[in-house]
Amino acid sequence: MKSGTIYDLGAPGRRGVSLPPLSEPEQEILSYIPEGVRRREPPWLPEVSQPELVRHYLRLARMNYGVDTGFYPLGSCTMKYNPKVNEELARLPGFSGLHPLLSEEEVQGALEVLWELSECLKGIAGMPGITLQPAAGAHGELTGMLLFKRYFQERGELERRVKILLPDSAHGTNPASAAMVGFEVVSIPSNDRGTVDVAALEAALGEDVAGIMLTVPNTLGIFEEEILEITELVHRAGGLCYFDGANLNAYLGRARPGDMGADVFHFNLHKTFSTPHGGGGPGAGPGTVSEPLVPYLPVPQVVKEGDKFRLDYDRPKSIGRVHPHFGNFLVLVRALAYILTLGDEGLREVSLGAVLAANYLKERLKKTYRLPYDRLCKHEFVLSGDSFGEVRTLDIAKRLIDYGFHPPTIYFPLIVKEALMIEPTETEPKEILDAFAVAMEEIAREARESPELLKEAPHTAPVRRLDEARAARKPLLRLPRP
Amino acid sequence: MSGYIPHTPPDIRAMLQEVGLRDPEALFGDIPEEVRRRYRPLGLPPRDEDWVRRHLTELSEKSTGRKLIPFLGGGIYDHFVPAVVDYVLSQPELYTAYTPYQAEVSQGTLTWMFEYQTMVCELTGMEVANASMYDGATALAEAVLMAHRTTGGKQVLVPQYLNPRVREVLATYAWGAGLELVDLPFDEEGRLVLSEVPEGTCALIVQQPNFFGIIEDLSGLKERLGEAFLIVYVNPIALGVLEPPGSFGADVVVGEGQVLGNPPSFGGPLLGIFATREKHLRRMPGRISGQTVDAEGKIGYVMALQTREQHIRRERATSNICTNSALCALAATVYLAALGPEGLKRVVLLSLARAHRLAEEISALPGFDLALTGPFFNEFPVRCPDPGGAVKKLREAGIAVLPPEEVEKAGLAGAFLVAVTERRSEEELSRFVSALKGGTS
Repeated sequence: MKSGTIYDLGAPGRRGVSLPPLSEPEQEILSYIPEGVRRREPPWLPEVSQPELVRHYLRLARMNYGVDTGFYPLGSCTMKYNPKVNEELARLPGFSGLHPLLSEEEVQGALEVLWELSECLKGIAGMPGITLQPAAGAHGELTGMLLFKRYFQERGELERRVKILLPDSAHGTNPASAAMVGFEVVSIPSNDRGTVDVAALEAALGEDVAGIMLTVPNTLGIFEEEILEITELVHRAGGLCYFDGANLNAYLGRARPGDMGADVFHFNLHKTFSTPHGGGGPGAGPGTVSEPLVPYLPVPQVVKEGDKFRLDYDRPKSIGRVHPHFGNFLVLVRALAYILTLGDEGLREVSLGAVLAANYLKERLKKTYRLPYDRLCKHEFVLSGDSFGEVRTLDIAKRLIDYGFHPPTIYFPLIVKEALMIEPTETEPKEILDAFAVAMEEIAREARESPELLKEAPHTAPVRRLDEARAARKPLLRLPRP
Repeated sequence: MSGYIPHTPPDIRAMLQEVGLRDPEALFGDIPEEVRRRYRPLGLPPRDEDWVRRHLTELSEKSTGRKLIPFLGGGIYDHFVPAVVDYVLSQPELYTAYTPYQAEVSQGTLTWMFEYQTMVCELTGMEVANASMYDGATALAEAVLMAHRTTGGKQVLVPQYLNPRVREVLATYAWGAGLELVDLPFDEEGRLVLSEVPEGTCALIVQQPNFFGIIEDLSGLKERLGEAFLIVYVNPIALGVLEPPGSFGADVVVGEGQVLGNPPSFGGPLLGIFATREKHLRRMPGRISGQTVDAEGKIGYVMALQTREQHIRRERATSNICTNSALCALAATVYLAALGPEGLKRVVLLSLARAHRLAEEISALPGFDLALTGPFFNEFPVRCPDPGGAVKKLREAGIAVLPPEEVEKAGLAGAFLVAVTERRSEEELSRFVSALKGGTS
């Protein structure tokens, strides 16, 4: 049976690109490699012509759904439109072709990009220090946890401050990030309004707590109204406050984590700042920090002296590098282009559009689906698909595909049964939001009248519902050699 | 108006009405007033597209280094990237999608991930591979964490010749996890010297070819390690002609995949390659695509073994990684598919031949010599009485190499490092040699 991969195509001897000829006999060149180390058998790679290759990957592209295809309300992932000029700019040869180990005098333009973006992000966060190195949000979290560790090490408190408090409405990556640095994770429950239970937090605080990791607004899309009380309590107990910035789209240009008591705040440039998600990455997760943590930031730091830019490595208390170079530079270029295009006014329009769209959809959909936390939301909200008997959230999600939409995030956050986490973003016109709402209403009707339609969905996708259990039971993770 | 947000005033009014609000600012009423009051704008006006394009184009042209001929490597290499790679990467359904959580609308991504995993297994000689990490450095750090979790050991044997940037990242992760890095020296050939494997060792790292370009001999290492992991950090393009580490019993093979179809990009985004043995599969970090069937028995792909991952296992996950380097992995997939086994070999042989030609010509110059005697791949350290002066002469001739201060970080003093890919022409090679001649006369 054909695998559907590029290995189905081609014939021995075909190649997809022209290359220069060898100027010496092959055996002569191969003799530079000691015999015992020389490859005995060539790797099994496709042998295809360029037209075959292009058609194959275009076929794969057509089996995919991206933001450019249609509405992609994947909660917490901020699947907003990716501006095309930013793609063009990231491909400028003076950026994409630049080697990172050139001397600082030779990369002044690139350093200026880093510096300009740093200034913008520090301003947006309202925090004095920054590193652009983290390659993704979770990498930013890890960097933040390393900064916590260094801070307490310097204060001689590392031995006793072993716990990180984590609200049960925090992002999925947070607990794993804390664990990688050896912190013990303590879960803090939410109250019936969907926010941190401040009494429970107070009870958990003590001399053994290094800090808290907050997602603001949380994964229910709800803003922590008592954020100032929360951060003050943690600070008073000698702890630090980490803010997961994945949900910054909710208050961009209107509020700053630095003004809420954040000690570390990470950005997700691939979410808030419109850089493409790439089918899973690359993203970028720069982190801003409060004054006490500035000495511990990764090296190097970009500094401006007159109109020159310099790399500062002389930072003895630094945690060191978390990236071999300067972070995902081409992602940073795109984010800078986006911020410059929007300006202050545009940043505020983003959060207005995102929050308005989410509340609008929420109000429309709560008539048909259970809304566990019925209150003002920020950029996203969570419904439950638990009112349809045998039809589950998974079925609703798969049926949405037949209506031409990408499903929302499902079964997360864990605190809502049969969760459907919906984030429309600011880049969708009202007509699309309306069409999505109509589809959801139609699906709710189908769920009651003809549940098999949902159970067997999707019907129109390139494949029918896939058997995930089989892939776990008998993992086949590469194509076997013929 | 940026052109990215479609809401007109009537749209906004209609949506607000449904929400039951009149003032849009009321949407932010749950943010403490004190916080909102403290907000300070950046002082940036909105800009039109043409302004932004000009501004960034100017910045891109300001880096004078872009005009230098890169005989510069140190982990990032200037290999030829066929046009078809960026053509595929620019397909909107591929680059504007995210992690394939919904398999039925993500068969494109899941299929190429499966192709990529197959190719990585083939190159490395390993049994399973994930669908990418951020970069080679963090892939190595995660491999070490995996070795620690598997064996319980806390000591990591690290050759001095490991790429210093990679080593710095590893050191940060190791400190975070409470692991100890133990330095291993190299001999005059530039190869690893392993005198003993101390008790409590969780892994030995070998770089192939190493930071100086020297080709390591991996035979017999795993036998000396026992349960401890043999982790090989590779330049994957070299595996076109080098025997894969899998043949030597490696437990994990990681590496920097930038060389496979990705431009230098001022050092990011990069591509972390990660492959291991089937027996370690459930401890492997990162996303994996697995083959399955749909309800009609047709072959399809899904994300496999998600129970290892952070969104399900939380603090007991194998890693915190979520967003990875997918699009760079797609570049590698298309690159390898376009080249095929013969094309890959050609690229490697061209690099090898040109590197050795240049090395010979440099060694023939009075006062110049190779700093290490071992067999090398496409990079080599050059020693001379005034390496700083030589580097300066080269710069004046429009040529960039890795200067002695960077080479010294890996424990080799008084040498500069020269990398030669298949892109370096005859004319550029001659220019290199003449520049040095000018420097010695």
